Amino acid sequence: MKETKPVIDRSNCVINIRGLEKSFGDLDVLRGVDLDLYKGENLVVLGKSGTGKSVLIKIISGLLKPDTGTVNVLGQEVPKLKGRELDQLRLKIGFSFQNSALYDSMTIRKNLEFPLVRNRRDMTRAEVDRMVEIVLDAVGLSQTINQMPSELSGGQRKRIGIARTLILQPEIMLYDEPTAGLDPITCIDINNLINEVQARFNTSSIIITHDLTCAKTVGDRVVMLLDGKFRRQGTFEEVFNTDDERVKLFHDYNFID
Amino acid sequence: MKFHNGDEKPVKRARTQVISKRLDGVFMELQNIASFIGRFFREVFMPPYEFKEIIRQCFEIGVKSLPLISLTGFIIGIVFMNQSRPSLAEFGATSWLPSLVSIAIVRALAPLVTALIGAGRIGSMIGAELGSMKVTEQIEAMEVSATNPFKFLVVSRILATTFMIPALMMYTTLLALLGAFLNVNANEGTTFTTYFTQVFDAIVFLDIFSSVTKSALFGFTIGVVGCYKGYHSSKGTEGVGKAANSSVVTAMFLVFIEELLSLQVITALRYL
Repeated sequence: MKETKPVIDRSNCVINIRGLEKSFGDLDVLRGVDLDLYKGENLVVLGKSGTGKSVLIKIISGLLKPDTGTVNVLGQEVPKLKGRELDQLRLKIGFSFQNSALYDSMTIRKNLEFPLVRNRRDMTRAEVDRMVEIVLDAVGLSQTINQMPSELSGGQRKRIGIARTLILQPEIMLYDEPTAGLDPITCIDINNLINEVQARFNTSSIIITHDLTCAKTVGDRVVMLLDGKFRRQGTFEEVFNTDDERVKLFHDYNFID
Repeated sequence: MKFHNGDEKPVKRARTQVISKRLDGVFMELQNIASFIGRFFREVFMPPYEFKEIIRQCFEIGVKSLPLISLTGFIIGIVFMNQSRPSLAEFGATSWLPSLVSIAIVRALAPLVTALIGAGRIGSMIGAELGSMKVTEQIEAMEVSATNPFKFLVVSRILATTFMIPALMMYTTLLALLGAFLNVNANEGTTFTTYFTQVFDAIVFLDIFSSVTKSALFGFTIGVVGCYKGYHSSKGTEGVGKAANSSVVTAMFLVFIEELLSLQVITALRYL
């Protein structure tokens, strides 16, 4: 599956966030985040563990409510959406969880079918089967169709998790730590898969990670979350070409010379 | 603990604060449970209806409990008959054994034993299953794929337990009566017809109605407790274990309380 990268459409902002704040009790996690994601773009959000990266994408998908600020996704204000409206928007957003979040009690086929049969009730059995085959082929795991999630490796589970989000043909993909807990070779496979998904399905993506190899490989743009705010943003090289000790330290821990 | 000047007031104040904090926690939990039950009643009547999932849960909860329920019911019948015999024999009233067993099993033993087995097997299963789904973000995954996890996971399970515990209770009753028959037949030579005539003569419609009703209440309780504990389990595998354990303990405790309360209500109805 080799496709060319889509052209980033800077005039089409699919996610627009302004002044986003979120705290849990006394802990201020996000303190005024501004973010734009453009059509066809892969945006990497870097930051240490516990800095609120996952909270950010959970707010974008409506799993968490912000304290203040606006979160506009595909022209809709997410915190104001409820019920069916929120569900309709969620169908356009794919969320790949850190631990894949595959349904343990279902086979891979059932896992992949689940979002489809529940949300596209007009589809025939043959159409559902065809879609399952397409997404399994896209992640290169057609042979696992009748296996249970517990029978798969960590990397395979990640791929199936991505396939499950792709089955609804989302416009936006949110990846939560896609390479966490994987060996370096599998990390490369997952990074390539993220790029392939962007090219083949023309998605705009936010990739949450603290893995700089992943950030360098998949990010069209990189932003760095420090103290609840985006401190640096630009290309990978631009972000790390700085005198800020905290940013340099983050870089040096990942790339030992 | 005393302060150097012998003033015990700060200690008392601290104790009062601890007690007040704990009470707050209890009332908060009660409020959360009440809103959980309220949400169940709101969502149960709203489409889409999860018929397939309800049937799947009925199978998991009902059919898969049959081996344990069968064995327990059968043994209860035999044991109860055996234990009751000496007392009645003292008064030369062994002919009353079928009536005694019938009343005891239909009115109290079958509903209670079924509910306790249900709380153990089904309550822990639901608590652990939902707890592990929560911990591994499967519930959130369902939510982001535009599926209402409360309706799909919670409503279906509570309905399944509410339907299946009364069904299992009737099955337990039947097997317990059968076990008791084998015992009385072997010892007293009572025939099948005589035994079951006495069994059915001893009970009235209210007995069956109340057993089914309270079993449905027990089933609802087991479902609500298991789902609540699992759905709100804290992060980590420890949380899953706690959710399963707490589901069983709380459900059993509530079943006993409900049994006691329903006994008062049914007794009042009996003498109306």
